[in-house]
Amino acid sequence: MYKVALQMLFGDRGKYLGIIIGIAMSSIIIIQQPSILVTMLSHTYSLITDISLPDIWVMDPKVRTSEDSRALLDTQLYRVRGIEGVEWAVPLYKGSLTVRLENGELERAVMLGLDDATLIGGPGTMVEGKLSDLRMPDAVIVDQAGANGRLAKQMGRPGEPRIPLRVGDTLEIDEKRATVVGIAKGTPTFHSDPVLYTTYSKAKNYASSERKLLSFILAKAKPGQSPRAVARRIAKATDLAAYTAEEFKQRSLDFMLHNSSMLINFGFVVLVGFVVGTAVTGQIFYNFTLDNLRYFGVFKAMGATDRMLLCMILLQALLAGLLGFGLGSGLTAAFAASTWSNNDIKLEVGLPLLGASGLAVLLIVLAAAFFSARKVLRLEPAEVFKS
Amino acid sequence: MERDAIRPVVACRGLTKTYGSGETSTPALRGVDLDVRPGELLMLVGPSGCGKTTLISVIAGILDQNTGSCELFGQDLSRLSKRERVRFRGKHIGFVFQAFNLVPCLTALENIAVPLLINGEKREKALRQAAVQLSRVGLEDRRDSLPGQLSGGQQQRVAIARALVHDPGLVVCDEPTSALDHETGTRVLDMLKSLAVRDNRALVIVTHDSRIFQYADRIAHMDDGTIIETRPHD
Repeated sequence: MYKVALQMLFGDRGKYLGIIIGIAMSSIIIIQQPSILVTMLSHTYSLITDISLPDIWVMDPKVRTSEDSRALLDTQLYRVRGIEGVEWAVPLYKGSLTVRLENGELERAVMLGLDDATLIGGPGTMVEGKLSDLRMPDAVIVDQAGANGRLAKQMGRPGEPRIPLRVGDTLEIDEKRATVVGIAKGTPTFHSDPVLYTTYSKAKNYASSERKLLSFILAKAKPGQSPRAVARRIAKATDLAAYTAEEFKQRSLDFMLHNSSMLINFGFVVLVGFVVGTAVTGQIFYNFTLDNLRYFGVFKAMGATDRMLLCMILLQALLAGLLGFGLGSGLTAAFAASTWSNNDIKLEVGLPLLGASGLAVLLIVLAAAFFSARKVLRLEPAEVFKS
Repeated sequence: MERDAIRPVVACRGLTKTYGSGETSTPALRGVDLDVRPGELLMLVGPSGCGKTTLISVIAGILDQNTGSCELFGQDLSRLSKRERVRFRGKHIGFVFQAFNLVPCLTALENIAVPLLINGEKREKALRQAAVQLSRVGLEDRRDSLPGQLSGGQQQRVAIARALVHDPGLVVCDEPTSALDHETGTRVLDMLKSLAVRDNRALVIVTHDSRIFQYADRIAHMDDGTIIETRPHD
């Protein structure tokens, strides 16, 4: 009888397509919106993701996210280096500066000043040039998204195609010349500002108006030492905040979730997708069942048990759900893949997200099946004699 | 179940059935006694609303009576659980409906196989048995046709094949000729009687169509929820 159930489903092509498209549309909303949210939230801790070498981040206790920075005294670096369990500790400057482009336009950019000796905190992947070129005079490395986007050269009129920044091009930062010595790949920041990498000493030059430059101290726990325990030791000894990389990521994420309306906005859209999906799919599936009620009644009179009819309806709903979810997730994955060439909005559809969305779609089809099955199970078989 | 030539297929005693309750209650059966023997074609006739459809619904085990008893093949269905009753119905009763009730997306062959599939038969075997039944009603060349591609008479022949495919001892028919012209209706009744009675089945047919009374072995006249007269057809 299960094949009969499927033939009934496929036989009513209009409703069958309606159910599948309804579920596919819901799936797209339910998968895509959280995917955008997760991608955006991951940008809140992109700095921590990109700087993978240190396992402890030390900062002012008032710092809430990696996007935030409050200057420390340079002497704090030496205090951290002296704490038991710390293998090494290096300074990191993070600040927001104004860059003057060749055509005179001003752009805001994030500058990262790396430890001069080790260049720890530098970009993981270089597209052009070498990280060590930062030791050259006036050297800066620009992130690829910034080089191709907001820092690209506007040679013609506004609106005309820009020419990406290349190695050898120059910029002006706080009336000081900077030479591009490399282009690097990095995770976009939350505000999608261009990122300029330079050495800590050169950063002092570019940010000369700032009295203190030390934003973070990046530290590594000695082998065999727990980074968490060492972080606690640093915090206790210095009165600074010290977190493991994972703790700092979570702290950044929690701050963003609690202090922005992102979760509510995206959550609302997902909820609307779920509710509309349930309503549309449920309605079409219910109508499909109503259209076939006479035949379910005939099956009932002929000896089909409630369990058999329930299984038939569930099979129809689950298959439609599977096909709709497959179509929706496929389209969303294709859309996500199309964003991969653009570093700013690189969406990813991970397995946990697919699993959660699949569960939501399962709830939609089960709700649709529930209302339809109720009607069929309550049907008196004697109704079949009513013409 | 053995078909006993002596024991009636249907034995109803004092059947009553009332729809609704209180002031809106409508009595449909008021103490009906009826026997149907194997190999017998009984027609239930009477004006609209006299209780014919209610009676065959109770006989077929798809509606519960309020009082009285109705035994099918010696089994009082009211003593069976809901599940047992459904199984019993699937095994021993065939149905022919006024509006054919063939599933539109299934071919003639697949429609005929439905009762076997409901009874748990494997699909291949069910289709083989359905093909035999389809040839008995003379439609072997229409096995892959959908109901919408068949005439009314052909659809009713498919419905008859479906009612007989699982070899039930009792076939209940609700106005089987009312949607057909006289000539087609006569042919359908010819076929129904020959196929059903040949295997010693009992047939209960509800009808208004006096032109097919000639096929009845007995005619039970109903009015106002009771059988007022049962007589053999002349």
